[in-house]
Amino acid sequence: MDEFDEIVREFLVESYENLDQLDRDLVALEQEPDAHPLLQSIFRTIHTIKGTSGFLAFGKLEVLTHAGEGLLARLRDGGLRLTQERTTGLLELVDAVRSILASIEATGTENDRDYSDLVARLTVLQAPAPETELASASAATRGRSTKARAQADAPSTPAASTPTSGPDAADATGAASSPAKPARPRRRATDRQAQPTTSPAPEASDQPAGQVAKHDIKAARAARKASAGAPAVPASPPANVPLLGELLQQQADINPEDVAVAMLEQQLGDERPLGEILVDHGQATPEQVREALALQAAAQADARVGGSVSDSTLRVDVNLLDTLMRLVGELVLTRNQIVATAAARADTGMQRSSQRLNLLVSELQAGVMKTRMQPIDTVWNKLPRLVRDVSVACGREVRLVLEGRDTELDKTILEAIKDPLTHVVRNAIDHGIESPEARVAAGKPAEGTLTMRAFHEGGQVNIEISDDGAGIDPARIATKAIERGLATVEQLRAMPPREIVNLIFVPGFSTATKVTNVSGRGVGMDVVRTNVEKIGGTVDISSEPGLGTTLKIKIPLTLAIIPALTVECAGERYAVPQVSLDELLCLEGEQARAGVEYLSGAPVFRLRGTLIPLVWLDHVLDLTDAPHVDESVYILVLQADGRRFGLVVDRVLNTEEIVVKPLSRQLKGIGTYAGATILGDGRVALILDVRALARRAHVVRESDSAMEHERQLVVAPVVEGPEPLLVVAVGDRRLGVPLSMVTRLEEISLDRVEHVGQREVVQYRGQLLPLGRLATMLGGQEVADTGSQLKVIVYTQGRRSVGLVVDAVVDIATEAPASRGDVEAFGVSGVVVVQDLVTELLDMEQAIMATDPRFFDAVAAAGAADVSPYEDYAEDTYVGLGS
Amino acid sequence: MEMRQFATFTIDALLFGVEVHKVQEVIRYQEMTAVPLAGHGAAGLINLRGEVVTAVDLRTRLGLPPRAAGVLPMNVVVRVDDEPVSLLVDAIGDVAHVSSEQFEEPPETMTGRGATLVSGAYKLEGKLLLVLDVARAADIGIAV
Repeated sequence: MDEFDEIVREFLVESYENLDQLDRDLVALEQEPDAHPLLQSIFRTIHTIKGTSGFLAFGKLEVLTHAGEGLLARLRDGGLRLTQERTTGLLELVDAVRSILASIEATGTENDRDYSDLVARLTVLQAPAPETELASASAATRGRSTKARAQADAPSTPAASTPTSGPDAADATGAASSPAKPARPRRRATDRQAQPTTSPAPEASDQPAGQVAKHDIKAARAARKASAGAPAVPASPPANVPLLGELLQQQADINPEDVAVAMLEQQLGDERPLGEILVDHGQATPEQVREALALQAAAQADARVGGSVSDSTLRVDVNLLDTLMRLVGELVLTRNQIVATAAARADTGMQRSSQRLNLLVSELQAGVMKTRMQPIDTVWNKLPRLVRDVSVACGREVRLVLEGRDTELDKTILEAIKDPLTHVVRNAIDHGIESPEARVAAGKPAEGTLTMRAFHEGGQVNIEISDDGAGIDPARIATKAIERGLATVEQLRAMPPREIVNLIFVPGFSTATKVTNVSGRGVGMDVVRTNVEKIGGTVDISSEPGLGTTLKIKIPLTLAIIPALTVECAGERYAVPQVSLDELLCLEGEQARAGVEYLSGAPVFRLRGTLIPLVWLDHVLDLTDAPHVDESVYILVLQADGRRFGLVVDRVLNTEEIVVKPLSRQLKGIGTYAGATILGDGRVALILDVRALARRAHVVRESDSAMEHERQLVVAPVVEGPEPLLVVAVGDRRLGVPLSMVTRLEEISLDRVEHVGQREVVQYRGQLLPLGRLATMLGGQEVADTGSQLKVIVYTQGRRSVGLVVDAVVDIATEAPASRGDVEAFGVSGVVVVQDLVTELLDMEQAIMATDPRFFDAVAAAGAADVSPYEDYAEDTYVGLGS
Repeated sequence: MEMRQFATFTIDALLFGVEVHKVQEVIRYQEMTAVPLAGHGAAGLINLRGEVVTAVDLRTRLGLPPRAAGVLPMNVVVRVDDEPVSLLVDAIGDVAHVSSEQFEEPPETMTGRGATLVSGAYKLEGKLLLVLDVARAADIGIAV
């Protein structure tokens, strides 16, 4: 029974495809209940499945689809309106069909589940609800009258808009109680892609046009019979592109008979397009035709995106593509080897051939890679259904906007992002978008918008998921993080809000106050991040409380072949994926000695004003711990977890395409390698995993390892380096002021100090500078001025400045790592050890507020766009003090 | 009486055997790429016709002194869980046919690191054939 199996297999593949389309169509239909072509297409799909299941003796499937078809027929006739209930029923039908198909695929028989409930419900749903009947009464009447006229004019034409399928056909059309529609021969001059299998030509038609179509379908059937040796197999689903005639009938109220006549003329040799004939006959205006053509073009574009099967495509087993991909990978390696060998020889003929080989292999590689590329829509097309189900379950109103549906990605990667995307979408609806009432109360439209954007950028694919929901409140995340023991208060205090929001990716974090069945089952965003990072991608989240949340995922286009930079370190070569490489630097001679600086023992490099931590590759790999005194220093500026660091290697060799080979099980555990590759000379080189390297070198925080480690790293963030402090003396206390909070140091003559009420001020650069005496502020007692000059720390923001009076400026220094402690005292935010001496950290905010209570309000009011009058002096920060 | 076939090789003065069906191939010394941070015994990676294979030095695994300078090891490529692993040995011997009657539990004389990697011994004429537990020997995660 191999042939029979073949038919069943074909039936399964086709039906699965159709069901996916059905999910989308049904959800779209719910939005737009009057979209006739959609209903038509849904009806056809279910009808086809029903017909074939009857033929293949899958009784349950037949009964089920029969019930669904009945409901669809009523909907299509306009006798019923599509309600949420009916959509749910139909979607459940789709699910049921899918599960039966899965069972047929696995076991060859239908499953034993009982669907009589669903069948009963579908039947009940066919009964018009009183209010819907009223609402659709006029539509129904109109539908009936058209039907009557159509029947009168084409009496011998049974249901034509549905593909008939085998012996079941006659019964199907009758049982479905579908109205007789006039035969619409599915061919016309302007749309010549033959769709013979979709031609629903009636056997008994006496119209010439119908005969042409009948001939087609007969030929198709004969062909199928010949190959399958069995009675007719169901026709493949029609493309969802409506025909021009169909559109004109719907849009412009043109008589079906007129269209038929025009088509007949085409068949008889009139070579003009259908629209032109109709215009000529005065049955349509040119505008109507243009409109219909535009509609058709749009539908065609949709159909292309939606992946409808056309004659120019062909189904290929993924395993075959994988094999091809692997072979091309090998070919790329061999090519690299040949190119390397040829370059070393003085044989020009050989070099020319190797050049040519080089080009051809590159093209072949690109071509094969393209065969594995699929539009992201293959994953996204499940989303409308998901969004609908989740929003119904959560009581939300959500509009899904998909942008960049044709952005292509490697199949493996698509598979890998399917689950993370699903999770993110669930989360966005469940936790992000508020209930309609809450939204209206917040002054937003009741319907939330979930936007998904996909686009290519720099050899990577970006996927952005944004909602206009409640956003993520950093304070709530912070509270939760403390509750869960994921961070301490002082750690959180040191974090910018964006970083706090990103804590939701830390394992063990789940913000769902209550566990819902939609999301928040303990496995949370950390799984999303793990999955994305597994394929070499990154995730980042940003949120505006009250306005919404945007999640950005960056993933590579493909995994198998990547561009990489080869470097040498301790006599071995390593490959560094280009994706993480920002730039390459080479410091020679004096530069090499002076360029590398040390910040509390950690080497850093000043890259255009920003300090980036340096890591020696041989140190990270434990090859040596001897300090380097090199004549030239090669620095790869790499990007990991959104942070930059410099990786120092011995030599930079080449950039080349490398084929990623997995490491054996024994070596995977090391973690610092993303795999291995074979270089041009046949030697194996390890591919460095930049993220893992960064973590090992402690230049980024290890978010998914032990908490202990995290804490330690947060206390001494190596990336920015501890911020240098200005150490000042006040009485017998040493105070540290973050250098970023010091705009200028001034000595101000005591006699310039004036009094405004209780406050001391000086005229300073054309403005009044309020002075605050730290000694008084912190100690409470008055200190007599000893000299004639006041030493003042000036802090300027916008147009406003404050001056803090200190006794002496001691030094600029950095705190010892991990030396921060907590104190509770006014004006002091903590204690650090600087140069072996305990130093209190001045709480600048409090000190400023004590000096000028309106400082921050005024600065905020002045706005960010306001240009500081001191901008010109911005360079001469830290003007030295006399002594 | 059950007969078995072992591919034999020597390491230092010891004769080892691996069941023939576990051996994929035997090849001469290949250039290796070192794997920093890998566990004890991972000598490096070799290119086996386009496949990257981990080489495990049995001398290191067995706690024996390293090979003299200039002496190149041979690769015995075995399959462990369907993944090829190359075992670095000193020299390749013949295939030995042994019967279960000749089998002994690991000899008492075998102590220390080597003992955990040997699953038994066959008494041959004048010498012992030590049966290497390939899976354990290849798993550099197992400390010896």
